[in-house]
Amino acid sequence: MKKVYAREEYCTGCGLCQVHCITAHSPYKDNIVKAYKKTFPRPLPRVIVEEQRPVSFALQCRHCEDAPCVKACITGAMQRDPATGVVNNDESRCVGCWTCILVCPHGAVARDERGKKAASKCDMCSGIHEVPACVAGCPNGALEYRGEREKEA
Amino acid sequence: MALLKSYLTPDFLIERNKDRCIQCRVCVQQCANEVHYYDDEDGEVYSDEMKCVNCQRCVTLCPTRALVIRSSPNELRKNANWTPEVIRSIYIQAETGGVLLTGMGNDRPYPVYWDHMLLNASQVTNPSIDPLREPMECKTFLGRKPASLVFENGRLKEKIPPQLELDIPVMFSAMSFGSISLNAIKSLARAARQEGTYFNTGEGGLHKELYPYGENCIVQVASGRFGVHSEYLEAGSAVEIKIGQGAKPGIGGHLPGEKVGKEISETRMIPEGTDALSPAPHHDIYSIEDLRQLIFSLKEATGYQKPVGVKIAAVHNVAAIASGIARAGADYIAIDGYRGGTGAAPLRIRDNVGIPVEFALAAVDTRLRNEGIRNEVSLVVAGSIRSSSDVVKAVALGADAVYIASAALLALGCHMCQKCYTGKCNWGIATQDPHLTKRLNPDLGAQRAANLLRGWKHEIQEMLGGMGINALESLRGNRLMLRGIGLTEKELEILGIKAAGE
Amino acid sequence: MEYCIVGNSAAAIGAVEGIRKRDKTGRITVVSAEIYHTYSRPLISYYLAGKVKIDKMYYRPLGFYEHNGIRFIGGKPAAALDTKGRKVVLACGDEIPYDRLLVATGGKPFVPAIDGLDKKNIFTFHKLDDVKAIEKALDGRARAIIIGAGLIGMKAAEALSCLGAEVIVVELANRVLSSILDEQAGALVRDVMENHGIRFVFENTVKRVLGEERVTGVELADGNRLECDLLIVAIGVIPNTDLVKNSPVPVNRGIVVNKKMETGLPGIYAAGDVAEGDDAVLGVRRVIPILPNAYRQGEIAGLNMAGDEAAFSGGFAMNAIGFFGYSIATAGVPGGPDYEELAVLDPDERTYRKIVLKNNRLVGFIAMKDINRIGMLTGLIQEGTNVGSFKEKLVKTDFGYLDWPCELRRERVLAGGGL
Repeated sequence: MKKVYAREEYCTGCGLCQVHCITAHSPYKDNIVKAYKKTFPRPLPRVIVEEQRPVSFALQCRHCEDAPCVKACITGAMQRDPATGVVNNDESRCVGCWTCILVCPHGAVARDERGKKAASKCDMCSGIHEVPACVAGCPNGALEYRGEREKEA
Repeated sequence: MALLKSYLTPDFLIERNKDRCIQCRVCVQQCANEVHYYDDEDGEVYSDEMKCVNCQRCVTLCPTRALVIRSSPNELRKNANWTPEVIRSIYIQAETGGVLLTGMGNDRPYPVYWDHMLLNASQVTNPSIDPLREPMECKTFLGRKPASLVFENGRLKEKIPPQLELDIPVMFSAMSFGSISLNAIKSLARAARQEGTYFNTGEGGLHKELYPYGENCIVQVASGRFGVHSEYLEAGSAVEIKIGQGAKPGIGGHLPGEKVGKEISETRMIPEGTDALSPAPHHDIYSIEDLRQLIFSLKEATGYQKPVGVKIAAVHNVAAIASGIARAGADYIAIDGYRGGTGAAPLRIRDNVGIPVEFALAAVDTRLRNEGIRNEVSLVVAGSIRSSSDVVKAVALGADAVYIASAALLALGCHMCQKCYTGKCNWGIATQDPHLTKRLNPDLGAQRAANLLRGWKHEIQEMLGGMGINALESLRGNRLMLRGIGLTEKELEILGIKAAGE
Repeated sequence: MEYCIVGNSAAAIGAVEGIRKRDKTGRITVVSAEIYHTYSRPLISYYLAGKVKIDKMYYRPLGFYEHNGIRFIGGKPAAALDTKGRKVVLACGDEIPYDRLLVATGGKPFVPAIDGLDKKNIFTFHKLDDVKAIEKALDGRARAIIIGAGLIGMKAAEALSCLGAEVIVVELANRVLSSILDEQAGALVRDVMENHGIRFVFENTVKRVLGEERVTGVELADGNRLECDLLIVAIGVIPNTDLVKNSPVPVNRGIVVNKKMETGLPGIYAAGDVAEGDDAVLGVRRVIPILPNAYRQGEIAGLNMAGDEAAFSGGFAMNAIGFFGYSIATAGVPGGPDYEELAVLDPDERTYRKIVLKNNRLVGFIAMKDINRIGMLTGLIQEGTNVGSFKEKLVKTDFGYLDWPCELRRERVLAGGGL
């Protein structure tokens, strides 16, 4: 499957991936201003930016083939779509027990405790955009959307 | 005693549209000058305009287009003599006691002669050519050409001296590793390879990662001799002796020690952290004869397999100098006009020394022709070639090819803030700070630079076709294709062109 | 191929999904003592507290059985195993033949012999019917006593407290959650619970249950008496090995299995809370009664039952649990004299993070309140990574890939794969 790969040598740490992620997962997926100013609570970014200058990179769920979060999920909310390979959390079924956080080796699942508790993670913009918003929004090609075996650019 | 207060006021005004700002802090994160800052207490981003250099990085990256930077509307009393720039310069020097520094090219409102020349086009009497339907040759060769071609048994009798083959008459001008980042050079190197042209090392040596691009590289030998060794000379396709630079004729260069990290130190062969000082003159060149010695030393070192060129700044007696250089055995002469860019130069020198490259080119071409040695040397012009029409006009005026540097950097993202010398280039170009250099992804940079060349090539072909010319070399020195507009008799005379309507 | 799975929880579902990865057509029969569509046992406390409705408790969507071609027999406990005749005999007398059998009967509450446990309003806290019964018994401001401050007792206490009950927890140990937390961490949770009105009685136990028909109180080992309307026995869970009791399947504490989750008898597998699998950290076989472990074991069993060659890499204890929004995450060994421990405590913030190491390998951790990205540590335990060069960073609450050695980080981030 196609995944998002970080190229830390070109990540500027700007955080635009997060801006576009938040927007894509808001009710105003094409309007950043509204996504930020009219969405309560605003979605959490599903991409983590780690930075300690000069190193920085963006990381999202790796959509592991043998995903520990799927196996560990106590409610069955976390599932891997057999067709696309995308690991997705059904937030309506998630109770926020954080077992997925306990088992995710990449630390790619976040706690959203602002409304109904639910695990928040990358859904590869399934059903929102063709190319994940973080990739499309990266100004420096530091996120690549490619198949696992495709060579790095 | 330290001065307590600066009398300087902000050059720019930053307007943040509060309705649009989403406090995402991209601007804060991206400004190496620390103009923008986030106030935790207020939950808002503010700006300190005093530090702003107007590089437009924040404006470009702001996802909601909430930022506008413009010249400060703050005005001193109008004074045509004591302009704000002059006054500001005095304040700076009163505070620092130092030389005013700047970057990029001369920004004074001197006439741009390219913009005072117009191209011809065919109408009725000779047909124009459509480059989409008919072949259009943009290839050219740099190097010494024989005076005449003598054939023997159907073969050329004389061996043609080494040549540089260009698919487009545009090369990337000398910019050293040090003045610009390795990612910037990589971008240009890849673009040069892709489009069949050359990049130039400047006097920064050739980083080991760039050796694979040697075929598309002109290696420079300058007064500091940084990074020059036999492998380096062998790696390039041509060797260029740098005598002078258009932005700062007559003076040397200085790469401050803080920029000399491990990679630059290895590439330049100087200790880490030491200043790289390029002397104003080559200490072994005090005459044309000395230059001839160096030219032939380098030819000897490279087995007479590579063209050796000489780069000079366009100065008052450039024609005579060029003649001497041609006679000294150079295969090409690069003439860098007074608008040429730089990573760092004293402001007063950049803005007041040298002459327009348009005049220099016309004068040199005329002189070499008159002396009957025009074939012995190729001419490359540099110093603010801004567009494909500048290229076409340069060729018509007598150039074999042009060098571009500022235009290439603009393609990579440069926004002409002229702060290259600070080392804080927010676009990752004129900096060695690893946090900043990573902002220029050479994959994207190479694509942008190559796109620029391709775009220009299409335009050059269109203009050639319009003139009814199907090969670039048929245009060279064809000054009948040019007409002057708004020029004095004297200027027309120097340029060797007629006035529009003549 | 005829598959029979006894049990209907995580291990059983794991097995179904494991089998169906290899064998799309074999007949699968799932036998459950409960009548319900597969549901999540850990959610019963959420159900009781009113945080989830029954339709959100299903572990797999309705239609799961049909979709996977499963014959589901619900509400009929399996009573015996005929290993010679290769069939499972149900309590009702029905027989289910099998070529491959999975025993996924899970655990059952351990209920010690306390005098007076036969009274009304005494419950265990294990399955949906338990909490439905508790729900029914609750009226008004009930007073509840819970025996045991383990994971189950504590979740029951939280749920009842949310419903307005007065809750007292009686625990034999000197602290809460003694199997997964050290004293420091235990004190933090206890503090949270007490701030929500829950009372604790430590180092004590219930000697006798008081009351006539219904429970009215308990007498403790120290002679003190406590009144209550409701008593919940949450002392612990033991493997439910009843099905194989009279069969040749070897049983220790739980059913003994190899890496393929196969029992001593060919064709018969066991997984989940009933099985003794490998503990990857302690290097022993033991029952690790947690849901992620059950699912993984079930899946491995299922793959093997369908003819694959899959091996269980070993599990280890791990728990993510929360009380009144206060999060706890633990894994592996909680510490001890044989281990190296690094810890950071902030009592005001109620944050605590401790890591437990042996020979520069991470073997356990306790994280309190701030559990973001804690799975990185779980992954390090799982992979047995040598963390010697960055171990002191593991206690940072903002521990991230930046804290990893560069090479390891790049490999992990760029590989983009999983474990």
